[in-house]
Amino acid sequence: MTKSTDIPLYPFKESPSQTAGPYVHIGLTPNFCGISGVYDADLGTAMVNDKTKGERITLQGRVIDGAGNPLTDALVEIWQADADGRYPDGAEPGFSGWGRAPADAKTGMFRFDTIKPGRVSYPDGRMQAPHINIWIVARGINLGLNSRIYFEDEAEANAGDPVLLRMDLQERAGSLIAKGSGCSYSHDIHLQGPQETVFFDI
Amino acid sequence: MKNSQPSVANYFTRDRSWHPKAYAPGYKSSVLRSPTRALVAFGNTLSETSGPAFGHDIIGPLDNDMILNFAQSGQSAIGERIMVQGRVLDERGQPVPGVLLEFWQANAGGRYRHKKDGYLAPLDPNFGGCGRTISGDDGAYAFRTVRPGPYPWPNGPNDWRPAHIHFSVFGHGFAQRLITQMYFQGDPLIPICPIVRTINDPKAIEQLTARLDMNASAPMDALAYRFDVILRGSRSTLFENRLEGN
Repeated sequence: MTKSTDIPLYPFKESPSQTAGPYVHIGLTPNFCGISGVYDADLGTAMVNDKTKGERITLQGRVIDGAGNPLTDALVEIWQADADGRYPDGAEPGFSGWGRAPADAKTGMFRFDTIKPGRVSYPDGRMQAPHINIWIVARGINLGLNSRIYFEDEAEANAGDPVLLRMDLQERAGSLIAKGSGCSYSHDIHLQGPQETVFFDI
Repeated sequence: MKNSQPSVANYFTRDRSWHPKAYAPGYKSSVLRSPTRALVAFGNTLSETSGPAFGHDIIGPLDNDMILNFAQSGQSAIGERIMVQGRVLDERGQPVPGVLLEFWQANAGGRYRHKKDGYLAPLDPNFGGCGRTISGDDGAYAFRTVRPGPYPWPNGPNDWRPAHIHFSVFGHGFAQRLITQMYFQGDPLIPICPIVRTINDPKAIEQLTARLDMNASAPMDALAYRFDVILRGSRSTLFENRLEGN
């Protein structure tokens, strides 16, 4: 007979991750890789419309492996607050907050047309600097990688950001900051090497 | 997309010994693509506990039917017809409703519809290889497809992938985002696949192995496989009027 104390409090384990493989674009951006007629459009390609409030920005980058080669099979997703620092729960309907982009088959470049996010509070009440959350999957990546993208021209906000201030990433915080200003930013993700991007265990 | 998904409280810490390690040299692609520095941990903020929500308005009538969603009128994909069904639950066993699941796979011969796939198995003109659906209020999902074939791949001199279907699942917070693969009960290629073997615990591999479910099968039509997807649990208080959490 099973005693009540034998029943586990948390009966399940998260499904273990497996790589997205070389053909993640088939599943998540089928129109991009030539599979047309199944979905009208690939999800996550249009983050803003004419009515979206906020400063329009483009964010471009590459995911680069330990040999210095850009990944041409990667897929990245971003998640961000709106111009007022609200996540779409409660944000204005003109902004989805979520984008998905395939790496270009030749250059490995990904691109998002979005808005500059506003500031969001940290659990202790401090304000975080404007940032975009990024998630990266590809062949050879066994569990999707989480990182953040901050902005070079937000130096004052960055200087007080609770995540960037952490002692354990002080020397590497630069790897989280996109270069550029105004409306155009570039940000490469380095999977290995001296410029290795900071990835988070969230 | 709709923008009404509520945020949740913090998520359970991810058990990284249950997941594959980033660096798994038996799977050669991981060697140059695995971070070498320790991950930096911090508690969840709104950036992690909120996430995109998808409405049923994005789902077309054939999106969860890979036998028909790419087929020419009156035709259908070739292969062993199967239904895959299960539930999306969290680590507390609570259903995770309203989440987008996306699937992709090779055709019955083991060939992907991708210009870089050079395997000699033929393309099926009626099979695209992608589908999607949204979990119901009880976390349940279902789709129909053909069983994908196994195929060789350039890792070792003679490595073959077991039959598998790729799954991409959202959850309610961005920290729940997960991509995994579903394998088929009884496939002898599972224990010798270098990608499966990035997972250490045999129980974890078992969790990715769908079970044949004869009672759910459609007689003279399709076999059924049962596959539950478990997402990270959250610490939110369980309210009786909102059993799915908040």
